[in-house]
Amino acid sequence: MKLEVTEVLWLEEHGELTLSQLAELSRLSEADLLELIEFGVIVPAKSHAARMRFDAQSIVAARTACRLREDFELDAYGVALAITLLDRIRDLEAQLQDLLARMPHGLR
Amino acid sequence: MQSRAHSPQAPAGAVANPAEKAFMKYKDYYSILGVERGASADVIKNAYRKLARKYHPDVSKEKDAEERFKDIAEAYKTLKDPETRAAYDQLGSHRPGEEFQAPPDWAEHFGGQQFSFEDLDLGDLFETLAGRRRRGQRRGPAGMGPIPGQDYDVVARISLEDAYRGALIDLNLEMPEYDAEGRMHRVQQQFKARIPKGATEGQRLRLPGKGGKGLNGGRDGDLYLHIELQPHRLYRVNGHDLYLDLPLAPWEAALGASVEVPTLGGRVRLKVPPATQTGQKLRLSKHGLPRPRGEPGDLYAIAQLVVPGVPTDREKALYEQLAEVSIFNPRANFEGEGSR
Repeated sequence: MKLEVTEVLWLEEHGELTLSQLAELSRLSEADLLELIEFGVIVPAKSHAARMRFDAQSIVAARTACRLREDFELDAYGVALAITLLDRIRDLEAQLQDLLARMPHGLR
Repeated sequence: MQSRAHSPQAPAGAVANPAEKAFMKYKDYYSILGVERGASADVIKNAYRKLARKYHPDVSKEKDAEERFKDIAEAYKTLKDPETRAAYDQLGSHRPGEEFQAPPDWAEHFGGQQFSFEDLDLGDLFETLAGRRRRGQRRGPAGMGPIPGQDYDVVARISLEDAYRGALIDLNLEMPEYDAEGRMHRVQQQFKARIPKGATEGQRLRLPGKGGKGLNGGRDGDLYLHIELQPHRLYRVNGHDLYLDLPLAPWEAALGASVEVPTLGGRVRLKVPPATQTGQKLRLSKHGLPRPRGEPGDLYAIAQLVVPGVPTDREKALYEQLAEVSIFNPRANFEGEGSR
């Protein structure tokens, strides 16, 4: 089997995404994404008039939303609530990680 | 959406044995969900929901969450649909993992055509049946619209050294692919991916087109790598910053010293200022992990005063001498507290 080397992309390297690019990457429809934007789960980096632009972190949020909706059979409001709570857990875990990293080994 | 891909450290589960490829391994979907064979749709749904809350990789901290949830989702997908459930029930009851052969007319009845079981996984088979029905036809992929390939997520556990230098990792994944008849097969995919330097815990990398194959001109899915760092003997990681305990003898901490410190890029000299206290952070600027863009993170050496376990007679004499002449009161903050 031929072994090819695949170059990988940082999510950040995608630069700014349009709504339709985000829809393609996340497998959500534009209507679903607009609903998530309305609930504040996805925040456009720029949103003047009809020209919304998204940063790469929105891909992570949109893909998580897609998984939660399918696997837990949630509506958009339930997805929004779950993502808000998951974000809080992630922030707390980052703070804990920060504290643990600063703490000497002997005290852990 | 679940990942059937395996992490690079745990490549590929069961691969069909060519000698027995007319058989499939039985999976007991009812026992995976913990319900009776005759359970009602509501009971099945509730059991699934309970297990999903416990094992869904987005919400679970269970060790084997990803593997468990894959089975749970596959079981529910098959049993929630009355038609696929009926097809599954027709297979009868077997021991989990037991090799079995479906009745000859089974596929005809439910699949609408002769079906070969070569290399098929039970879950994939039901996926194929359900997919065909969803698409409203049963005669293979001709005439279907484009179907994009599935996206997959895999964890890449790399060492801190690899994160620092960048690394080439081997990915050995098993992914479903459709054949010309629209049947799903497991295909072993092997390739190398270059992890650029500067990756750190929790970061995601995207490999475009490396997910499941698209069908009828649908685009190929993507593969997402989730970076996890293996714990390191010396360094603790926070983002792109590193933390290192720096043991110091009492006299080094008191008088100051120049000590050698290991970094991921080699040893460097660090100047310890006089009167350094335990817990004080000494920063080695830009000696942390590189960032994909911008300045590298920092390395922090955290001073730890350590005393020799058993001092020699000479050391003991010198300590005693120091105790006599020193006016230092380490517990000045206790003064006036706690006295009755």
